Amino acid sequence: MILKYLFAKNEAIPVGSAAVFFGFSAIVWFMIGTGLGSFNAAKLAFPDFVTGTEMFAFGHMRQVHVLAVIFGWISMAFAMAMMYITPILGNTRLWSEKLGLWNCMMWNISLLLGLSLMWVGVTSGREYSDFPWPLDLAVAAFITIPLAINVWMTIIKRRTQGIYTTNWFFAASTFMLIIVFLVGNLPEYFHLTGLTEAYMTWWFAHNVLGLWITPVAAAIAYYVIPKVTGNPLYSHRIGHLHFWSIVVFYSTPAAHHLMSAPLPEWLKSFASVEGVLILVPAVAFVSNILLTMQGKWNMFVENLEVRFTVVGVLLAIPLNMQGGFQQTRSINWYIHGTGWMVAHAHLALLGFSTFLEAAAVYLGLQTLMKRKLYSLTLGNMHFWLLLIGFSTYWISMTIAGLIQGAGKIYEVPYIDVVIAEHPYMIARWLGGTMVFSSTILWLYNMWMTAREGTVIPAGRMPHELAYER
Amino acid sequence: MNFREYKIGSRMFGMAFALSMSITLLFPSYDLAASVVSEIGLDKQLTSGWDSGWQIKDPWLDGLNKPLKVLVRKDPKTGEPMEPVYAYVYSAGTSLPNGVNHPSNLGHGVEELSVNQGRIKEAKIENGAVFLIKKSDKLLDFEDKPLHYMENATATKGWTPDEVLKQAADSDILHAGAGKTMFVREGCWWCHTLLPEQTQDWQVFGAPPMLGDFNGESPTAFGSDRKGPDLLHVGSRNASKEWMMLHFFNPRLVQPHSIMPRFDYLWGELDADGKKIDFKKWRSEYDEYREGKITTPPDVPMYAKDSEIRNLIDFVVNLK
Repeated sequence: MILKYLFAKNEAIPVGSAAVFFGFSAIVWFMIGTGLGSFNAAKLAFPDFVTGTEMFAFGHMRQVHVLAVIFGWISMAFAMAMMYITPILGNTRLWSEKLGLWNCMMWNISLLLGLSLMWVGVTSGREYSDFPWPLDLAVAAFITIPLAINVWMTIIKRRTQGIYTTNWFFAASTFMLIIVFLVGNLPEYFHLTGLTEAYMTWWFAHNVLGLWITPVAAAIAYYVIPKVTGNPLYSHRIGHLHFWSIVVFYSTPAAHHLMSAPLPEWLKSFASVEGVLILVPAVAFVSNILLTMQGKWNMFVENLEVRFTVVGVLLAIPLNMQGGFQQTRSINWYIHGTGWMVAHAHLALLGFSTFLEAAAVYLGLQTLMKRKLYSLTLGNMHFWLLLIGFSTYWISMTIAGLIQGAGKIYEVPYIDVVIAEHPYMIARWLGGTMVFSSTILWLYNMWMTAREGTVIPAGRMPHELAYER
Repeated sequence: MNFREYKIGSRMFGMAFALSMSITLLFPSYDLAASVVSEIGLDKQLTSGWDSGWQIKDPWLDGLNKPLKVLVRKDPKTGEPMEPVYAYVYSAGTSLPNGVNHPSNLGHGVEELSVNQGRIKEAKIENGAVFLIKKSDKLLDFEDKPLHYMENATATKGWTPDEVLKQAADSDILHAGAGKTMFVREGCWWCHTLLPEQTQDWQVFGAPPMLGDFNGESPTAFGSDRKGPDLLHVGSRNASKEWMMLHFFNPRLVQPHSIMPRFDYLWGELDADGKKIDFKKWRSEYDEYREGKITTPPDVPMYAKDSEIRNLIDFVVNLK
């Protein structure tokens, strides 16, 4: 439907087409990504479940799950948010809807191609930068650069005097993503080897989270909470503190991912200290958003978007407490490489950031399609399945990780650790499956919103209308 | 367009970002470039060849463009018995290891030895080359450890790849380079690290790697998420190819509680005798064994010499 506008004149394309296309693509990728996650988890709990074929081997599917979620779900939800929030905050239209539509289509095609190749085993063998370099260049050319150009040009062509907090983050993060992506894959273009390759792998993995996923997710909260509650942002100054401390502190601790590799000791110590300083942007962000909620806490219960956003912000508290301290030498030696880290990674991507992106997609699709959410009941079921599923996953993997850490330091034979972890592997699979089922409900709900949601009158916001089902 | 008020901000942003890039990339690069490759590093680099991830010469990660590690027992020129030594055989057309193309990556000392005494610069892709690891009497600058260097035996001794391969028994030829490609492609490193930790792991999993143990290796495939034991020194704990064969075919034959997937599909279609492997029959017999209907599990077929599992097993037992 939206594809028919690919060759239309830019002015002829309805406002928000690119964002809607991105929004639905993101939900579909979320479904694919979590479906693969649930399937993989089943294999860890029941090793003889679908086995003996190369295509369904765990080692072929694990990275497809990770990259489908990061580049499909999270990044596409970000693109969706950027394509409708940036123009709104600049009181203007998106610079080019057409570029946005092409961006989305090429994004889907390259990702589908890249993940299919990865599934059959075409990989660079570097975690998080698993794509071989020709695909890396495709990602840069078709995904990150067009998105950045659209965001920057929309900000430059804005019709407001200042730039709002959300747009600082959008502009800076799209820039940093391009740099991080191109630099992080240097080992593949120039065949850098050995420790340099290992360090650059984790330099990329750290910065893609710290300079892309974390700040953009935070930027969404900076928009959704003031917009829906009607409260102005608590403090512009704290927003400044958040922004600058992200740039300065979050871009430096990459080496803390390799605390047990023979990297220079000064680098590890430096990274560890900078890693604790991640608490500065974290505290600034969480306090700023929660204080913006003053007097409107009823909306935490009544409004779905606010509820998703605030839960995401609340999950940032354990996320950053873990993230700040688990990488110090005194804690890292215990939990490094255990299920604790898997739990932490899911707290970041499935907890903190997914809840914020879901809020952006809910709010954005309703606003752009001018339709009220089809069913609050389905929305609530989505929320609770996601939250309970995620919590089950997080708690069970944290416990499994602590068992594994104990097994590591007390030199327990590894097989006993595997046996002790088994119940938690089953719990993780159940949690993951709940998350996957929630995405099916969500897709149905948003599809029905597009078709049958009550039309929102001109000049009204979605949250001003009552839920009907 | 009112960017004037953001001029200071964007300059500060540029400075902050550039500073953080300098600290995290530029400064460490001096330290990493100063590392001197160790004997272990030379062995890994020469064993795994140019690259073990995606490369143009091996687009589907089939283990192409890889050297062979050969135990030489007889002098390839004269046929006389000699002190056994490992040679790394790069057949004609195989990409040469990183240290040959970029000797500076070998580090100060080893670079000069390899180029001047080892004559590595004379190795040519078109003709192939045979490499050896040589011990020198020179010591590392900051530690009393003798330096090891690469020797191009094709130049110094006249050993050609064909001659070396001809005199070697198949059991003395390790397909460990192609095996590393299997290790990367099959995602072994999603569950097994190649990085014993510096804290306490060495008591169980062996010594943690040192600076210089990785020069020229790509990808390092350290792994980050351990769901099985560390494998960096697994060949020192268990070098039985028979055990590995059973374990890869179905890990639960030797370890009932293992959650490792089966890798029976790496056997390919034919076994060592060229007979078609009947996986369906094997599995139904295995199921009967699990249900207690028969007392012994079915025999695991011996893998063919050119099967993918042979590469992988050679790689794993070579992890000393």
